Amino acid sequence: MTPKREAATTAPAPTDGTRGTAAPPLLDATDVRTAFHTPRGAVRAVDGVSLTLSEGETLGIVGESGSGKSVLGRTLMGLITDGPGTTVSGTVRIGGKDVHALTPAGRRALWGTEVAMVFQDPMTSLNPVKKTGTHLSESLRLHLGLGRADARDRAVDLLRQVGIPEPARRAGQYPHELSGGMRQRVVIAMALACGPRLLIADEPTTALDVTVQKQILDLLRSLAEELRMATILISHDLATVAGRTDRVAVMYAGRLVEYADTAAVFDRPRHPYSSALIASIPRLDLPPHTLLPAIEGRPPNLLHPPAGCRFAPRCDTATDRCTTESPGLTAYAGERDAGGLVACHHPLGAAEEAAV
Amino acid sequence: MSDLAPRTRTAFPPPLLIGAALAVVGLVLLVFGATTPQLVTPAKAAVALLGLGLLLAGASRLGKVWAGPGFDVVFWFGAAWLLLLGLAILCAPWLPLAEDRDVASTVAEPVFATPTFTGGHPLGTNAFGLDLLARSLYGARSSLLISLSAVALGTVVGGAIGMVAGYFQKSVDRVVGIATNSLLAVPPLILLIALATVLQPHLRNVAFSLALLTIPGMVRLARATTMAYANREFVVAARAMGAGRTRILLRELLPNVLLPVLSLAVVMISVLVVAEASLSFLGLGIQPPEPTWGNMIAEGEGRVFEEHPHIVLVPGAFLFLTVFAFNVVGEKARGRWDSRSVKL
Amino acid sequence: MSVAALRRPALRLLELLGVLFIASIGVFSLVVLMPGDPAVDILGAGRAPSEYAALRTELGLDQPLVTRYLDWLGGALTGDLGRSVVPPQSDVTDRVLSALPVSFEIAALGLVIALLIAVPLAMWSAYREGSAADRIIGAGTFGVLSVPSFLAGLLLILVLVNSAGWFPRSEWVRIGDGDLLGNLHHAFLPALTVALAELAMFTRVLRGDLIVTLREDYILAARAKGMNPLRVLFTDALRPSSFSLVTLLGLSLGRLIGSTVVVEYLFSLPGMGTLIVNAAGQGDYPMVQGAVLTIAVIYVVINAGIDLSYGYLDPRTRRVHV
Repeated sequence: MTPKREAATTAPAPTDGTRGTAAPPLLDATDVRTAFHTPRGAVRAVDGVSLTLSEGETLGIVGESGSGKSVLGRTLMGLITDGPGTTVSGTVRIGGKDVHALTPAGRRALWGTEVAMVFQDPMTSLNPVKKTGTHLSESLRLHLGLGRADARDRAVDLLRQVGIPEPARRAGQYPHELSGGMRQRVVIAMALACGPRLLIADEPTTALDVTVQKQILDLLRSLAEELRMATILISHDLATVAGRTDRVAVMYAGRLVEYADTAAVFDRPRHPYSSALIASIPRLDLPPHTLLPAIEGRPPNLLHPPAGCRFAPRCDTATDRCTTESPGLTAYAGERDAGGLVACHHPLGAAEEAAV
Repeated sequence: MSDLAPRTRTAFPPPLLIGAALAVVGLVLLVFGATTPQLVTPAKAAVALLGLGLLLAGASRLGKVWAGPGFDVVFWFGAAWLLLLGLAILCAPWLPLAEDRDVASTVAEPVFATPTFTGGHPLGTNAFGLDLLARSLYGARSSLLISLSAVALGTVVGGAIGMVAGYFQKSVDRVVGIATNSLLAVPPLILLIALATVLQPHLRNVAFSLALLTIPGMVRLARATTMAYANREFVVAARAMGAGRTRILLRELLPNVLLPVLSLAVVMISVLVVAEASLSFLGLGIQPPEPTWGNMIAEGEGRVFEEHPHIVLVPGAFLFLTVFAFNVVGEKARGRWDSRSVKL
Repeated sequence: MSVAALRRPALRLLELLGVLFIASIGVFSLVVLMPGDPAVDILGAGRAPSEYAALRTELGLDQPLVTRYLDWLGGALTGDLGRSVVPPQSDVTDRVLSALPVSFEIAALGLVIALLIAVPLAMWSAYREGSAADRIIGAGTFGVLSVPSFLAGLLLILVLVNSAGWFPRSEWVRIGDGDLLGNLHHAFLPALTVALAELAMFTRVLRGDLIVTLREDYILAARAKGMNPLRVLFTDALRPSSFSLVTLLGLSLGRLIGSTVVVEYLFSLPGMGTLIVNAAGQGDYPMVQGAVLTIAVIYVVINAGIDLSYGYLDPRTRRVHV
């Protein structure tokens, strides 16, 4: 594993391309692969993903459940790392540090201060026997070395910052005394506590009521802007990501199939899968009782993924080439300067543009 | 890509060979530890235990090669022990065993003979020259007879009461609840001792006292399981078709309650074997010269045990192996049939 | 606290009194089950009928059962459990009171030893789930569970007293004699015997519970904050799991009392166990009744206490509204 990692660090990141700036990116992931070893074989949950993210930038990672997006998030952070039963290869650099080459203690020093995570279910991601304030103050004391009283004051400030009314009283309460939306605000405050430069939000609204979802997403957005924090928003729902992120990475069966500016993806999706995802979002301008198009078939078994393009078995435009040869993530020929990348032998719109 | 292939161990030397080697070494150590007169007892016991461990590890590997990775060597070991013991108990009258209780006939026999596989007393003799193998087997007979009949009685009575309470609920349930709670107000062994104060210590009375211990647990389990099923669709459907209470209890609910209750019964056997042995150890159970494991172990009290450890170790080993075997089998049964224990 | 919050404990208390009342009837009715005539047992056969009659009157055996029960219960409530029927016919209350501290010390010390060993063992086992250490701990505790306490005690004597000579056998040193160290030295081996079965059970249950807890999202969230894994194990995983340990404590109390009785008898300690076993062997029913009733009251009260404390330990079941 090690030789490969060293080799990868010297190779230029393939996505730097047109967006490359002089300063090194905050997050630089190259050819990340995560496999879990089960009695029935290796499950390749993430299979060769490369991403970069600059300071203050927001990225959405979108895919069906089981596409590997949560595993990717945890691998980027280093929560999942090489060990018994798990193989991680490739490089992840956060602020220049190779997350998977660090010692466990080195990684822990990174967590909370450089990178933090907001988890999916606020019902289960808060310890039921710890007071709300303790959840926040313990990492303040650990990372920032604050005293008990200072940490408590800061915790109350944080609760206020994430929009919790009566923060001083709430800090003394247990998680079960708060509503779901409140709890997710606490989880966000927990992630923000030590001022991370990168926030990974893993399906932060999936477990919440629809009415609360938008509030939480808007809160995340405004906090990211206010604190100049780079954000990765992981979601199974393209609509969540629309208008809240700068770029979008569409993930399918452990691989990125499209990686481009959010507006561009929504405007003119290049990958048949992205296009199908967008088509399945309900829209108000459609007449009532319109049947939404669904994507036929099921995602592939990651124990034995199909050869070639993994979407081919479900794709309308698949040809023989798609089932044998795996398409690489490449800049789309027609609009090289837009920075959009797609992994498809027959990207949508290619024929008409060739005709023009 | 190659580094993502699952890490497989190269199978050298083959598991079959390791397994066989381990098993043989273990068996040799076990026999050596059990029979050699050259060592002090703790050392013997340690050697024998090490041998047993190696034997199990070896047998586990062999079994996995044979029957696939799901092979549970400890379970089969326990089952084999129970089978062997059961057979020996049934055939005891016809086995060439030495005298087990008549002191008058053993005047010429050696006393406190240590176990050897060569002499006429493979597991040694006690203070009266009585043969420990014979005594252990006859002890197993009364111990298992008592425990099994007590469990059977307790299961039938407790199960029936629990089902009735769970089905009719309301006041019936309340009365049964208070009764079981009152029975549980006295710790099990204390209850046994209290009953032993006033009851003659013969087989039937001991079995009856032990049955009383199993009832509260059985009532609770049967009640909870019955309540869980009582409002299910198939019961409601049966009722809608005009089935009477007895029919619903026997035909619809009993089949569902039976398996969890029976798995608890298997677990209870080992508890009762221990309880019976404790009672005889305290001198309140079956009385000598009738052998039981408990009163055999009690023979080692005082200085006897320090000079002749086998007096305690032989019946102790029988007791331990039997309790262990019932625990293993019971645990397996519960894991499979009693969904409530899944969380533990 | 509101009225509703007080209602549960009040109901529990009422139920507890009912259960104790029925249990006391059960304990008393031991006499009814008794074969033969206590007067004959005490005086021996072959006396004049008038002597037996006089003794029966003295013991109150000629009264109707209900009267005798009420007399006995009334005495018990005022701290008088009657007199032994076996010479020297000592006062039951006195004997029970002098035996209780010994039993209490053995049981409590056993429990402490069990917890001190079981908690680290379970944490290690759960933290390294599936490792060789975990499997050895699992097999070892399962094996220990199959060793009855009197057998375990004898084996400990064999190894620690006879072979190693570390501990004295029998001869009890009372705490009251001022020799605390000597007392502990004598109490340790019996307490260790009592602890063995408990620690095996505690380890197994706590390990299972910790493994479930360690899979919770909040453990991952705590790790993602950069907390030390050991600290996460202690502060985040152990506390939610400790509730089941408290419940288990209640469930294992009956077994604990049972093994204390056996172990006291084995080590000839002057506790409740030796008292009750000897009395039972001699058919000394007032002594057995008094001792059983005392144990039952203590047992039921501790169990109820555990039940109530459980509700207050877990913030989720706490009934306090702010």
